[in-house]
Amino acid sequence: MPANRFNGFTQYGVGIGLRIPHYNHILEKKPVVDWFEIISENFMVDGGRPLHVLDQILEQYRVVQHGVSMYFGSVERLNREHLKRLKALVKRTKTPWLSDHLCWGSVDGTYSHDLLPMPYTFEAAAKTAQKIRAARDFLEVPIVVENVSSYAEFHTSEMSEWEFLTEVVERADCGILLDVNNIYVSSRNHGFDPLDYVNHVPHERVAQIHIAGHSKFEKYILDTHDHPVIDPVWALYARAIELTGPTATLLEWDDHIPSFDEVHGEALKANRYVAEKVGA
Amino acid sequence: MDLDHIQHRMFDAVRQPLTATERMRQRTRDGRSLRGIAEEIIKPNDRLTSFERLEIYNRQYWFRILSALSEDFPGLRAIIGERPFEKLAIAYLLDCPSQSFTLRNLGSRLPLWLLSHREYIAKSERLALDMVRLEWAQIEAFDEAANPRLSQEDLAGLGPDPRFHLQPYVRLLELSYPADDFLIAVQRTKEEEIDIVSNAVTERTTRSRAKRPPLPKPEKIFLAVHRADYSVYFKRLDHEAFAILCALRDGKSLSEAVDSVDWSNRSVEESSAEVQQWFAYWSAQGWFCKNA
Repeated sequence: MPANRFNGFTQYGVGIGLRIPHYNHILEKKPVVDWFEIISENFMVDGGRPLHVLDQILEQYRVVQHGVSMYFGSVERLNREHLKRLKALVKRTKTPWLSDHLCWGSVDGTYSHDLLPMPYTFEAAAKTAQKIRAARDFLEVPIVVENVSSYAEFHTSEMSEWEFLTEVVERADCGILLDVNNIYVSSRNHGFDPLDYVNHVPHERVAQIHIAGHSKFEKYILDTHDHPVIDPVWALYARAIELTGPTATLLEWDDHIPSFDEVHGEALKANRYVAEKVGA
Repeated sequence: MDLDHIQHRMFDAVRQPLTATERMRQRTRDGRSLRGIAEEIIKPNDRLTSFERLEIYNRQYWFRILSALSEDFPGLRAIIGERPFEKLAIAYLLDCPSQSFTLRNLGSRLPLWLLSHREYIAKSERLALDMVRLEWAQIEAFDEAANPRLSQEDLAGLGPDPRFHLQPYVRLLELSYPADDFLIAVQRTKEEEIDIVSNAVTERTTRSRAKRPPLPKPEKIFLAVHRADYSVYFKRLDHEAFAILCALRDGKSLSEAVDSVDWSNRSVEESSAEVQQWFAYWSAQGWFCKNA
């Protein structure tokens, strides 16, 4: 839904990721942008240029934090040092919600720095939801979890990915960052209908939507965030907002990053679909 | 198979080093079949075997961390060469995998690790050891905390023999080579700064084709790696100034720090004037702070 308890009852429009190649343009030209998403880990430092730039951005723009290493799905306990640094950043940015991925990526204190896929089991859902709750209690900010793209499925899975996502967010009572590009990528890699996914997630829990481009290889698709959004992903986006209402939307473009105007222009295409589907 | 077992099995497989052609190897380093591990936990599909699906993650793991380490240590890479650096990086990352939520800390243990793995830097050992310390100091100086500076009033109010605290972002290095000049020359060829955001890595970072600057000749230097206006700088120091700063950093009082230096080649007046000049510069740079 447009504004709900999972996104702090905000009504953000279309944003883009804050990336280093665009810093100077943003700080000098001060373009009109609904909001920026930052990668939390890039700013969980003690000082220096990253925080200096962030503070300047915060003076002008709304910022939402997106994490890549909380690893709610890892069996090990949450990293206390990570949480403390994250909380300090939450206080700095006043992010109305905080997102990270529904994945795992660390074992016994060693980090992969990847978003590894979950086995879709009830055991995994219960353990993951428990960690999400623990993180939310500590951070005191709504947490939303993002579906990842994946390239592998496990023998032990007991349900579909969207059923697993639903199981986790309902057990944790948290929101969803629905990445429609990831749905598309995974649907091609695993042979399911992406509309089934979009149609069956609990729409009232969708706090934010991600759109992005990807790379096609001979036998699989990789989520590379280095291309414009393709039409089938826009179609999924259109269906998603038809079901959720106009929802805070963010374009991810992380590699071979073009000019600020090109990235922002690509993101703003989302408004056409919002206007068409929900008349906003 | 429970979640814990799956994650241990898969993570162990993902961390196995790649073959020379950057593919997943057939067996783990201790001889277990990776095909067997893959088939045990991962389903095949109509295009990819279990092994091939696991391989995607194995390759991405190595591509990501090797690229990150390579970007953090361009000077070391330039000194020993691309291929030797890659061998070094793989060995280091097998011994010291990331134990931090951020890739920023990936190289934190490299300076110490290299001291006991000198075979990877045998041709330029001293210079390489200097460079790895300098490059890690540069990373720390970039984003370490900046505590409130000592103001003129604070300085005036200090007792007769104060203890000064250095800013956390100031790093002091004694080097056997002018590694600072070499690193600056290497960085001039460096491409754009990047940040870590993407989930997927499709290929290794393209290797630099820039011509390597000439390797420096041995020359003892004393260096402060510090930050000003959010940029990192290298400041060469006199031996005596370096010794005073090290003593202050280590908690010595001002008189203890000054007395720790051998002034035998200077008059009292000369040394006194120099110490005053140094302190004026360090204070102006904001290197002294209220709380270490």
